[in-house]
Amino acid sequence: MTPPDATHAEITRLIRSDWGRILSALVRNLRDIGLAEDCLQDAVLVALDRWSQDGMPRSPDAWLIAVARRKALDRLRRESRFAQKSEEIAYLQELERSDEGSEVAGVIADHRLELIFACCHPALELKSRVALTLRALGGLTTVEIAAAFLDKPDAMAARLTRAKRKISDAGIPFRVPEGPDLAERVEGVLQVIYLIFNEGYRASGADELIRRELIDEAVRLARVMVALMPEQRECRGLLALMVLHDARSAARLDEVGDVIPLQDQDRGLWDADKIAEGRALVVQALGRDAGPYGVQAAISALHAEAPSFEKTDWAQIAALYAVLQSKDANPVVEINRAVAVSFAEGPEAALDILNAVGDGAKFSRYQPFFAARADVFARLGRVSSARKDYHAAIALSGSEAERRFLRGRMAQLPD
Amino acid sequence: MQYMLLIYSEEGAGPQPGSEEWGPFMQGYNDFTAEVRDAGKLVAGDALQPVATATTVSVRGGKTETVDGPFAETKEVLGGYYLLDCADLDEAMSYAAKIPTAEHGRIEVRPLVIWE
Repeated sequence: MTPPDATHAEITRLIRSDWGRILSALVRNLRDIGLAEDCLQDAVLVALDRWSQDGMPRSPDAWLIAVARRKALDRLRRESRFAQKSEEIAYLQELERSDEGSEVAGVIADHRLELIFACCHPALELKSRVALTLRALGGLTTVEIAAAFLDKPDAMAARLTRAKRKISDAGIPFRVPEGPDLAERVEGVLQVIYLIFNEGYRASGADELIRRELIDEAVRLARVMVALMPEQRECRGLLALMVLHDARSAARLDEVGDVIPLQDQDRGLWDADKIAEGRALVVQALGRDAGPYGVQAAISALHAEAPSFEKTDWAQIAALYAVLQSKDANPVVEINRAVAVSFAEGPEAALDILNAVGDGAKFSRYQPFFAARADVFARLGRVSSARKDYHAAIALSGSEAERRFLRGRMAQLPD
Repeated sequence: MQYMLLIYSEEGAGPQPGSEEWGPFMQGYNDFTAEVRDAGKLVAGDALQPVATATTVSVRGGKTETVDGPFAETKEVLGGYYLLDCADLDEAMSYAAKIPTAEHGRIEVRPLVIWE
């Protein structure tokens, strides 16, 4: 016999890891994400009570689904939403009669894709898409999601309720989009997943535990997308990008939580297994029609496999930034290309690129532009220009850590 | 599910009667109406007279107040609508994107309430 606490923890872990799959099966039956969630919540309470006494059932997922369906029938009957929900009720009754067999005994069909596309629907506000995806697919609690956004739990609960109501009232479908819409909608899903990742990867904001949770959840979701939509190359590209970023995370922050620049990171702390996985994924993600995530992942892979900052294949990285620029023209990418060029060809070539970018007035308030150009000036020995750009970059910096870093660089300038 | 597709644009924006673009623009509306009708989606659809013809009526304390003009002065005004019977929001959105005014104005997609 395991002590009740251990069982409790095991049950909680199982429910968390299978939450998205179980919920998606229920949503498919009930056509109502809010109702499905409430009923699964009910079923979980019953499970915690029952399983810690009688032990785990043979198929816990199926058990939860069966109980949740019964709860749904009860709720629908109580709320007398017969007119509106008569179809669902008849369907549930039918399931109850015939069921016990098929799904319950065997594998639960995976409907997570349908649920992902509903949660990431463009008719929902972007922040709601992220929150709802974390709730419905990741099984994070409202309190955890609120903590990730540094929001009040009440406000987050209201946001989630609004989003679920819109899905049901506006008729957002539980369906994998087809035809010309598919590529665009997959892109939308990947955007949400990458936002979740970046929310966790950012050095500031929520506490360490929540940030780890967000990173892991984003990677898990990308794995689901890769498994269920293997023909969509960008899913692999994004997964590779996140795995490769994550591989370097142990070396990324100092003891006070400031970001350590790439050239100063202890490469021995990088996770070799994750780098190997990321590199293998990059190979699959690249090709003639590689997308922006795949190309960014390839850049990340080149950094990850370099033995040192100096021995990095900067020429290849510069070339990949040029590819990225051709797919998605963006001055930020151009700045990154200039930095790579400065190491591949020298600071003069980089200065030409930066000055061409900087002609647009848009960059008069963009910190990375001045930080990059200051470095290039410094390496060219143009001290006063470098100092001027460092000052501009410091004035535009959003965090004290960034300012500290830039002041340090400026202090290294010769008088 | 029924969806109201509300067609908003600035008056004077987009193709105007008498211009070269007007003919193809109206043909676009004819084609769209035919498409939704043939697909069995069309419940209703109409164009509205310009906002200069609008009158706003309200009753306060039993007294009817009448004001010349629209309910709210906005740059983009309601110019017409389609009421379509669609499978879901995705279908309604894809039809909204085909309405010719979507090219210079905006289409608001609103599901109708289902009364129990």
